[in-house]
Amino acid sequence: MNEASNLTEVETEDEQKQVANAIQFLSFILGNEQYAVDILRVQEIRSWEPVSRIPNVPSYEKGVVNLRGAIVPVIDLRDKFNLGHAEYTPMTVVVILQTEVKGKNRIMGVVVDAVSNVIDIDKTTIQSPPEFGTKVSTEYINGLAAVDEQMVMLLDVDKLLKLDDVDEEDES
Amino acid sequence: MSIDMAQFHQVFFEESFEGLDAMESGLLNLDMGDVDTEEINTIFRAAHSIKGGSGTFGFTSVSDFTHVMETLLDEMRDGRRQITQTALDVLLGSVDCLREMLTAIQDGDEINESRVAEHKKELDKELNGESAETPQIQNVAQSIDTVESSDAANENVGQTGWHIVFSPHAHLLKTGNDPVRMFRELKELGELTAIVDLQGVPSLYDLDPEDCHLSWDLKVEGDISREEIDDIFDWVEDDCDMAIQVLANNSPISQSETIDTEPNQLKSGGSSEQISEASNIKPQDIKTVQPVKKSAKPKPEKKDSKPKGSSSIRVDTAKIDTLINMVGELVITQSMLSLVGEDFSPHKLEQLKNGITQLGRNTRELQESVMNIRMLPISFVFSRFPRLVHDLSTKLNKKIELKLSGENTEVDKTVVELISDPLVHLVRNSLDHGIEMPEDRVAAGKPETGTVNLNAYHRGGNIVIEVVDDGKGLNKEVLRAKAIEKGLIEEDAILTDKQTYELIFHAGFSTAEKLTDVSGRGVGMDVVRKNIQSLGGNIEIESELGKGSTIAIHLPLTLAILDGQSVAVGDETYIVPLISIIETLNIDESMVNRVAGKGETFRLRDEYLPIVRMHEIFSVETAKATRLTEGLLVVVEGQGMRCGLFVDDLLGQQQVVIKSLEANYRRVEGISGATILGDGSVALILDIPGLVRLSNL
Repeated sequence: MNEASNLTEVETEDEQKQVANAIQFLSFILGNEQYAVDILRVQEIRSWEPVSRIPNVPSYEKGVVNLRGAIVPVIDLRDKFNLGHAEYTPMTVVVILQTEVKGKNRIMGVVVDAVSNVIDIDKTTIQSPPEFGTKVSTEYINGLAAVDEQMVMLLDVDKLLKLDDVDEEDES
Repeated sequence: MSIDMAQFHQVFFEESFEGLDAMESGLLNLDMGDVDTEEINTIFRAAHSIKGGSGTFGFTSVSDFTHVMETLLDEMRDGRRQITQTALDVLLGSVDCLREMLTAIQDGDEINESRVAEHKKELDKELNGESAETPQIQNVAQSIDTVESSDAANENVGQTGWHIVFSPHAHLLKTGNDPVRMFRELKELGELTAIVDLQGVPSLYDLDPEDCHLSWDLKVEGDISREEIDDIFDWVEDDCDMAIQVLANNSPISQSETIDTEPNQLKSGGSSEQISEASNIKPQDIKTVQPVKKSAKPKPEKKDSKPKGSSSIRVDTAKIDTLINMVGELVITQSMLSLVGEDFSPHKLEQLKNGITQLGRNTRELQESVMNIRMLPISFVFSRFPRLVHDLSTKLNKKIELKLSGENTEVDKTVVELISDPLVHLVRNSLDHGIEMPEDRVAAGKPETGTVNLNAYHRGGNIVIEVVDDGKGLNKEVLRAKAIEKGLIEEDAILTDKQTYELIFHAGFSTAEKLTDVSGRGVGMDVVRKNIQSLGGNIEIESELGKGSTIAIHLPLTLAILDGQSVAVGDETYIVPLISIIETLNIDESMVNRVAGKGETFRLRDEYLPIVRMHEIFSVETAKATRLTEGLLVVVEGQGMRCGLFVDDLLGQQQVVIKSLEANYRRVEGISGATILGDGSVALILDIPGLVRLSNL
């Protein structure tokens, strides 16, 4: 009896997942806030390892690491979003994200406090970000979604990984 | 016939361009007095392959054009025709024309018909002009203009077509000829009826699928010249028995001919008896129809398949074999190591060490031979210069001899591709500005004919390419005056010889009295230097007034690996390219001078060099040496600028594999790339000119 009802529950959950509007996101924690990125943009998740510093770049660009022979830059999202610096612990993870710049695939690591979950979000329930002074400039936020009564900010990976804009900001 | 011909186009173009290069160099090597038959043969073969290839792919304009060239060459080969300078010039012109045609086809552009016609006319003129002297050439001359000759040779007005009995020898398919293709071409000429004779097909048990057992009885109807038919079967003449007869009822019997020297009328006659209407339905017959549809297709396809710049590489089989051997050894080492690792005990340590040493050697060898695959002889670049010098010296009315040496020096493919334009520029400069007019040379007591040497050789881990001329050399006074006039230097500036010659690399700097279309606009030398520097090389000039000048280009052998010196700055490791290091020294305060606003300099022999403190410009907080006496000064040179890099310590020399920072990141000032060290961490490779710029900010 019990088993049977469990089964149906799982099935209905599966059905919900298969709703055409659902997108999967990988959520992670920065300070007290929940963020998420499109899971299809995530290449892998690694634990923090020391990086080689790059001179004369903004402080949130931590440096570069060797990812199986490719030189991959690592940026610290806490620093980028001005959330205050945190010590890197064994829990600190680097999420390797992909983006496409001028037709070329580019990968980059972002340092976050911890990854939390893979979540399904119904496209239709995503709110556009409100215009007010959060700690994060809403520039990188695609939208807001509620998961288990908690707000999750959905990040725009392309904008996040775009360094050329950063270059211009540096010069000005 | 579902093979998409377009996939072979790229190969065809590459081969054709190689063939054209071979023809060009062959033509230039031809000595008018003493004819080397082998040389003509080489040229002829190249022309022949281009003709064949272009025919196969349906580039008829190219094959028609090459056919005319081939006729001319054929006569030269047989000694029926004197080789004259004009003939050679016409042929060289045609080579250029062919190259243009092929480029146009490759890019999907229209062929410049008028230019082609012009060259064809010149070729025809060359052919016919001579034909009056030797009667036996008449035949050949006719075949050139198909329309004319068809009228002349075939007086029959009521001609309706041709009857061809075609029985290929069994090995025809192995020679790369495809009857279906030929039928397709026939079909384009007129209404084609093909009847296949299956008599020769053995039982399935005896059948060799690579042999051709079929013969055909073909009827082409339409107003077609004999030459057009011959053209199609030109390639298989020796591999088949065939008879061609005029179909027309009222044509004279004398028109019928057997092409093959050995008369096979009997055999072909026998096969024609086998004609049966039923064989019309055989797949062979259907085949002949299908390709026609296909032949219309390639045109739109050409447009999108446009991979400009060849991305493939031709590798010597020997190189591949070595590679395979090495991989074999690597596999053996690997299995040995895994055996050791399976149940490891301390007494196997020695074995393990040996294995690792062997692995190290295998890896190094493998790396070297893989690198070797990318290496091409510099003759790929040098081969275009004989032509260039030939053309330019005629244009400039100068007598110039070009000498090449070290053509077999091997360089990375990328270097070969990128060095060619700068080198052309340098050679043109030498011809135009360097070498004097013959009368001036005689007046200066030099031989009338000027010499330009192109040398290539290895020195250290670098390749050096030199352009040496025995012309008038660079005039320092003129350079100086010009530089002052342009405001590049102060009037009382004191320059070393080297610095004076460096002036010609400034944009817009030209000392030529008048502009020619060859050179003298002052654009170029700056671009030349930029190109060479982007390859990680440098360029040096030596010159003596009245004696000539030498321009030497130093390039790294490969762009993927560099000899580096690791230096420590605090906790960080940087790689300095070994090529740019001059020396390393300890420094004490007494050697240091401070120039107001320009920071620290030190005296190295006769020069004052700026000190670049690495820990300051890269803001390294962990740097141990902050006082000059505590660290080391690495004297480096880049873009003709020298400076002393102040670092904590030297770590070691090693070959490093260059990795791009830009692939996932972006350009960083003062850094040219990154590499991965033995421990897996990333070290940055310093860009010396960039650092110098950075320290001047």
